[in-house]
Amino acid sequence: MKNSYIGQAWLVIVLSLAFGAALAAVQATLDPRIAQNKLRDALDQVPRLVPGATGGRAETIGELTVYRATDEQDRPVGWVIPARGQGFADVIELLVGVDESVQQVTGLYILKQLETPGLGDNITAEKWRNQFRGRKTGEDLLVTKAAPTRDREIQGVTGATISSVSVVGIVNSAVTKLRAALADRAGGPS
Amino acid sequence: MSRDTGPTSLERFINGILPENPTYRQILGICPSLAVSNTMEGAVTMAGAVAFVLLGSNLLISLIRHLLKPHLRILVFTLTIAAFVTIADRFLAAYMYDMSKQLGPYVPLIIVNCIIIARCEICAAKQGVGPALADAVGQSLGFALGLASIATVREILGFGTWFGKWLGWRVIPDLSAQPQVWSNWVIMILPPGAFITLGLLMGVMNGIEHARAARLKRTGGKQ
Repeated sequence: MKNSYIGQAWLVIVLSLAFGAALAAVQATLDPRIAQNKLRDALDQVPRLVPGATGGRAETIGELTVYRATDEQDRPVGWVIPARGQGFADVIELLVGVDESVQQVTGLYILKQLETPGLGDNITAEKWRNQFRGRKTGEDLLVTKAAPTRDREIQGVTGATISSVSVVGIVNSAVTKLRAALADRAGGPS
Repeated sequence: MSRDTGPTSLERFINGILPENPTYRQILGICPSLAVSNTMEGAVTMAGAVAFVLLGSNLLISLIRHLLKPHLRILVFTLTIAAFVTIADRFLAAYMYDMSKQLGPYVPLIIVNCIIIARCEICAAKQGVGPALADAVGQSLGFALGLASIATVREILGFGTWFGKWLGWRVIPDLSAQPQVWSNWVIMILPPGAFITLGLLMGVMNGIEHARAARLKRTGGKQ
């Protein structure tokens, strides 16, 4: 027993199970609160992501949960899509603002990222995010290393190609998903 | 319980604060000391999170120290630390969301903060619960002191605030503006300011230590 693998490693196994259970309990207790914080954070960002918007509310289209951006008279002026995807270090969570007809990206905001400090975390910089503003959503956006020459090109963050490509990929797929969901709803039960 | 041969609880406690200060004497935990020390609020939150993790892991490791296999001990330390760090991280995200966002990856990075694994190895794995807890409190206070001293210099010089409270002046006046306003000292807010501040403060600490050693030597010679 003393020299068997289990004899050597039982403490590690027991601790792993105990910590796993403890963390699951912590996650289950705190998750609703964290989700609420995120929702508040997301709704706070709506006016900055969609021009003319003063607030928003969560709305479910098909299986997609998005935020409807509304103006002072509660008229819809655009959409904010929460989206997530794998970055370089960890999952990146962001919000994409688009106009009412989903023709144009109107803003981008990074909710959560754990990219390399000093390189990848520059994806949160306002200057970089502002590149997305006004881009047409007809074609997928691309990352370039040089200054962009076409409307669909976004200049990547220096030294953080993977982070940049991830963000652009998440934006593309978020827009595609919203379009598909809206098309489904329009052509669905009527 | 086996016989304790290490320093007593009181010695552990006092050593952590200044004689073995994590930041200035052991030069450990430098990554958060540099990264989150541009505001007092960030520094105090980071120090609090590290204190929680250090207390938790020192206590647990001390309790199971007789079960540790020498070649698996580092694995057990890391596992324990990672569990406490995750709890701290989730707690911050639930109750201090803005702060959690400001600290970003530096809370999860406490896992690789050498102070904690060093205290597990040096103290908790060898001594009882009493000294281990005293050690955790002392080292946490020492780390908080290190972080707060850097953050005080950087926040006052960089933003002209302390704990977010406007002090009424900054180092750099913006002479072009009318009425005259102050502008942030950007280098103090950015990482280079952390390196400069840490270097200067460490010089001061070494100077004090040097003077103390010299005085001890003089008085010791007389006796």
